[in-house]
Amino acid sequence: MTVRTAELLMGLATLLLSLGLMWNVWSDGLRIGWVEGRGPGAGMWPFWLSGGMALASLATIVRWFLGKTPESRSTEPYVARETLFLVVVSAAALLTLLILMNIVGTYIALMLFMLFYVRYLGGHSWAMTSAFVIGTPIFVYLLFEVALTKYLPKGLPIFEEGFLWLDNFRWQYFY
Amino acid sequence: MQEIFIALGGGLLQAFEPLNLFMIFTGCLAGLFVGCMPGLGSVNGVAILLPVTFLVPPTAAIIFLAALYYGAMYGGAISSITLGIPGASTAVATVFDGRPMAQQGKADKALMAAAIASFIGGTVSIILFTLFAPPLAAFALKFGPQEEFALMLLAFATFIGLGGDDIPKTIFSILLGLVMAAVGFDIISGQPRMIFFDMVELQRGIGFLVLAIGIYGIGEMLWTLESTKGKVQMHSVKITWQRIKGNFRQIKEYINSTWVGSFLGFFVGTLPAAGATPASLMSYGLSKTFSKDPDSFGKGNVAGVAAPEAANNAASTGSMLPMITLGIPGSPTTAILLGGMIIWGLRPGPLLFTESPDFVWGLIGSMYVANTVTVLLNIAMIPIFIRVLAMPFTLLTPIIFALCVLGVFATTDRMFDTWVMLLLGVGGYLMRKLNYPVAPAVLAIVLGPLAERSLRQSLISAQGDVTTFVTRPISLTCVILAALLIAYPIIQKLMRKKREASPAG
Repeated sequence: MTVRTAELLMGLATLLLSLGLMWNVWSDGLRIGWVEGRGPGAGMWPFWLSGGMALASLATIVRWFLGKTPESRSTEPYVARETLFLVVVSAAALLTLLILMNIVGTYIALMLFMLFYVRYLGGHSWAMTSAFVIGTPIFVYLLFEVALTKYLPKGLPIFEEGFLWLDNFRWQYFY
Repeated sequence: MQEIFIALGGGLLQAFEPLNLFMIFTGCLAGLFVGCMPGLGSVNGVAILLPVTFLVPPTAAIIFLAALYYGAMYGGAISSITLGIPGASTAVATVFDGRPMAQQGKADKALMAAAIASFIGGTVSIILFTLFAPPLAAFALKFGPQEEFALMLLAFATFIGLGGDDIPKTIFSILLGLVMAAVGFDIISGQPRMIFFDMVELQRGIGFLVLAIGIYGIGEMLWTLESTKGKVQMHSVKITWQRIKGNFRQIKEYINSTWVGSFLGFFVGTLPAAGATPASLMSYGLSKTFSKDPDSFGKGNVAGVAAPEAANNAASTGSMLPMITLGIPGSPTTAILLGGMIIWGLRPGPLLFTESPDFVWGLIGSMYVANTVTVLLNIAMIPIFIRVLAMPFTLLTPIIFALCVLGVFATTDRMFDTWVMLLLGVGGYLMRKLNYPVAPAVLAIVLGPLAERSLRQSLISAQGDVTTFVTRPISLTCVILAALLIAYPIIQKLMRKKREASPAG
């Protein structure tokens, strides 16, 4: 896909998004104008601003047809082939991290994420990899759970149970 | 005047409290680190680390983040000079002369000049800040909702007039931020708005930090991975005590550009759209124009390193002036700081000076201390940071990603927000590749609720009469300035056309 095509598609996507937002506000029955005795309606701000977004997107599309912006004339690839891999894999790894956090919990998910990123994507030594895989959960536990007293997602009950054991240990001996 | 000195003294004392001093040190270090890593700048550091600052009281937290902001301005020069890639967008102009100097084996001289110029820029700017802030805040106390709204209009207009990006895309970015801020319960009527697909999680709205971390954490890392392909190349630097002393004697060569950069940087920094990057570019241009030897610029003139570095430091302090006194951030970084202040339970705006003087003066005091600490740390740690720069991106990226995900989760305790963050991050990355500016959206999502409230309050109090914005003098001035700023690119275009047409006809 060239930058030129991407520019048009993005313009269309933003236009659709803006119209969708306007429709959403409208269909929720929010007042977009003056409500007698009460002032501007709740829908005024988002509705008219989305309208502005739609106009701005239209302007981008018109400028695409006129070839006004440098992007609308560029025939270079939108994402170069050699970098596409790194970007897509990174984004996919993050998505997997989020999914796994809900299933096996933050800590195991983070360890797998680090293993994948440092060893397979980065191609670092096993020593470096294990430092990351072991160091990250310890650091995260100390920073977020101990210092910031946050309860990070622990995943399915079976994994959560296991973790509670560690937490119990901490509460029993350190406070 | 006397009150300012007394308050400043109190602020300095506060800055020397052990916790705050520790925050200054860690903040400067973190700032130097994010500044020197290509792809990470002050705004990324502040966005990613804001959730962690909930550990400490608000004053210590803002001191940490302000010190980080500072440190990043210094740190940016390190990679601009040794790697030839700007460590942060604010250090772009430093590359022009810093890179040739490094190639000539004068990297240490360039680094010293950058540090000293940054120090002077920072100091000049803090002094101006201290003098300007209290009267400006006192003046802003007269502001009603009309003035507040007009001021925000002005802030957004600066993006259109001075942002330099494609105008329809800039407008889209601003409006998208404002609309995203409106998701959730309406602040005045209490009605739920824009709850897409009936997702209950959206009732609490989209937090500004979700967008900021999405764009400046996830999006930025994807962008950097793409532009560096995960690898870095660098120049060696020789540093000995002897050479450092020698470099101190050469200050005269660049002191004039440093002064120019310092004053210019402060005033440009106070404008919302402008900030540190354009300030440093303008300062570079000005020093080149007024230099006795403009041809040597771009070939390793030390003044070409000093001018932008002084300006970007001065601008970072300058951008805090409207944030503290008016509640309008002067840069994306200060927009995130402003959002942080709201989370900490402070109400940004002119009342801050009277309601939380400890907070304000502690921050101002800390800026004096942070500036000194950073210059010392910077010079002392240049060899270490050069080693840090050799760190491959495949090690830094997973740490940043993990901090982004956990940071967003920690601020709201909702997994839903991390999904939104990823979505916005990838979306932001795709839009940024097409030159959609992202900074206006971040500023807009922070200012959105304030702007909507002030607009509706003004309209209610004026019974729906829109002329209320132009019948009050301060508000009228802001509206006129905003209109001029919006018209500026059009006028510029017409002038250019006229100039092109006249020689032909």
